[in-house]
Amino acid sequence: MSLLEILRFAGRGVAANKLRSALTMLGILIGVAAVILLVAVGNGSAQAVNRSIEALGTNTITVSSTARGGTTPSALTVDIARSLHDPALAPDVRAVSPVVSTTPTMTHAGTEHPVAQFLGTHPSYFGSSNSPLAAGAAFTDQDVAQGRRVVVLGRTVATELFADTDPVGQQVTVGGALFTVVGVLAEKSSASGFSDPNDLAVAPLTAVQQTITGYGPVNSILVEATGPDRVNAAQQQVTQILNQRLKLPAGTAATGRGGGGGGAGAAPYRIQNAAQLLATRTETAQTFTVLLGTVAGISLLVGGIGITNIMLVTVTERTREIGIRKALGAPRRTILTQFLAEATMLSVLGGGLGVAAALIGSRFTIVGVQPVIVPSSVALALGVSVAIGLFFGSVPASRAAGLRPIDALRYE
Amino acid sequence: MTLYLVDGAHRTTEGPNRPVLDVRDLTKVYGQGEATVHALRGVSLTVAAGDYVAIMGSSGSGKSTLMNILGCLDVPSAGTYRLDGVDVSRLDDARLALVRNRRIGFVFQSFNLIPRTSAVANVELPLAYAGVKPAERRRRALAALDMVGLAGRADHEPNQLSGGQQQRVAVARALVTEPALILADEPTGNLDSRSTEEVLAILDQLHTAGRTIVMITHETEVAARARRLVTLFDGRITTDVRQDGAR
Ligand SMILES: Nc1ncnc2c1ncn2[C@@H]1O[C@H](COP(=O)(O)OP(=O)(O)OP(=O)(O)O)[C@@H](O)[C@H]1O
Ligand SMILES: [Mg+2]
Repeated sequence: MSLLEILRFAGRGVAANKLRSALTMLGILIGVAAVILLVAVGNGSAQAVNRSIEALGTNTITVSSTARGGTTPSALTVDIARSLHDPALAPDVRAVSPVVSTTPTMTHAGTEHPVAQFLGTHPSYFGSSNSPLAAGAAFTDQDVAQGRRVVVLGRTVATELFADTDPVGQQVTVGGALFTVVGVLAEKSSASGFSDPNDLAVAPLTAVQQTITGYGPVNSILVEATGPDRVNAAQQQVTQILNQRLKLPAGTAATGRGGGGGGAGAAPYRIQNAAQLLATRTETAQTFTVLLGTVAGISLLVGGIGITNIMLVTVTERTREIGIRKALGAPRRTILTQFLAEATMLSVLGGGLGVAAALIGSRFTIVGVQPVIVPSSVALALGVSVAIGLFFGSVPASRAAGLRPIDALRYE
Repeated sequence: MTLYLVDGAHRTTEGPNRPVLDVRDLTKVYGQGEATVHALRGVSLTVAAGDYVAIMGSSGSGKSTLMNILGCLDVPSAGTYRLDGVDVSRLDDARLALVRNRRIGFVFQSFNLIPRTSAVANVELPLAYAGVKPAERRRRALAALDMVGLAGRADHEPNQLSGGQQQRVAVARALVTEPALILADEPTGNLDSRSTEEVLAILDQLHTAGRTIVMITHETEVAARARRLVTLFDGRITTDVRQDGAR
């Protein structure tokens, strides 16, 4: 009996019980698609995190205040920020931007918008934080010196307040003071989907202090190193200067990794660089991927058990049929080939459809993440499901084919 | 169809008395311990080529058990079985498959048609395993169905056929390969008198064509058609008589 003939028999076997064949394939389809898609989502979110942190600039260091009581002597001030820009003591620091931040409501022509981050800083902030302008121009050092009330808007704020009109040259009200819009920032990609990086406005430090925050300490200091490989050196120099200025013991370390400011309030500030930020965020993303992968793996396992079950039922139910075929003169090998071909058809077809479904699904954004297919997950999911189908299809079939015809015929 | 039945292609050349079936001291024991059943307790029987044998006996006397062993579907617990002079116990799985396919046409007591498969596909099956080409297969299967009067039901699946029709499909399947030996386990058990007459006519025809036929039956009128009547009782042959097979 030719292979083609056996394949035709197998095809007839698959078609004989269409509903069950379809359900078997559906089980494989869902398992395969789930694994591929969920791993792709995890992978996509990890890539998005990396991209957005790289966009942040990898050679910046953020010094943030951990002191709570307002104007405590240890709080960061503009003076301290200025002292960090010291070519002798800190040769690896390129720029320093003190930052005050508030969350006021901004209004324009009756439209209100609560700004998530209203920053007061120096123009060097734009370069250090990798925030290029899409329209208009940034404010200058002169604007800062004169406390001019100008503001650069983030994309979200601009669209909320001005919709389609050009905001540059228009005026907005913040905390009772009028600010003139001089520029709009280019859109930034979202790091995690949790907060909108475009919901901000940046104004000269002095103007913000004068109108909103008062001339107290600053919230943080953004330090830019001379290069990505100088970040650690710059961080050390900055730490040293800060410890001196704040009269802390020389050994005080206040790196941001794992809990920041050390034990028992040793340092009133926390210092964190983008690489560390990247590391923690990447770790989070990896945990996320592993979690998704595990869930998907479980779904594949459940799908696999489904296939196994259906294959077992199919073959058990068809043990009589195997007995009949043997009684009519079918050799063991022919029967095995037929059942193997049936199992292969089901699992390959189901798996193929699963891959197709995953490929289609990955074109859509899922919970704010653009999935990125991992090729090895396709191979793994397909391989596992086909192997399960083949194994659990062939084992009962080979057992049945090995029976004496009469025993197979009597099988209940 | 009748052409190939009478062309004598399967008539053995060595004369009518050469044994096709040769069974010696056959025993079959089912189960173990308390539940042991001695279905056959030493059966010896030879059937010559071209003979037409009816086996009778009360229910549970071991008729089907004997028939299954003769059909190479089951193996005896003890004793030898020679088919055409060959000791069947020495054949491997592939050879046995070949024997079942080419030498024997088996009609089961319970039909054993493949479900969800049309009548003609069921009849085609042994031809498929014999390697007959699809077109030729279909032609011969339809001819066999025509012979049992079911040409009009070729595309019906077993669950769309009555018990008697299923039985006739099973008969068609058994004779489609033109086997030299036909083993039928109550082929008329579910048939009305007219269908019974049709099936018996087919068997008569096959007998005339030189086939060896062994048939189990509960009906004396059916058994009367055979040339030889073997009676089983409790796993033993009690009578074995020649009769003239009066029509
Ligand atoms: N697989 C089996 N396991 C255990 N006992 C069996 C098995 N098959 C048959 N038997 C027993 O063997 C004995 C003979 O059974 P068999 O089927 O040969 O009877 P039979 O003569 O064909 O009866 P009937 O006329 O009812 O078909 C019975 O007592 C039966 O219970
Ligand atoms: Mg019986």
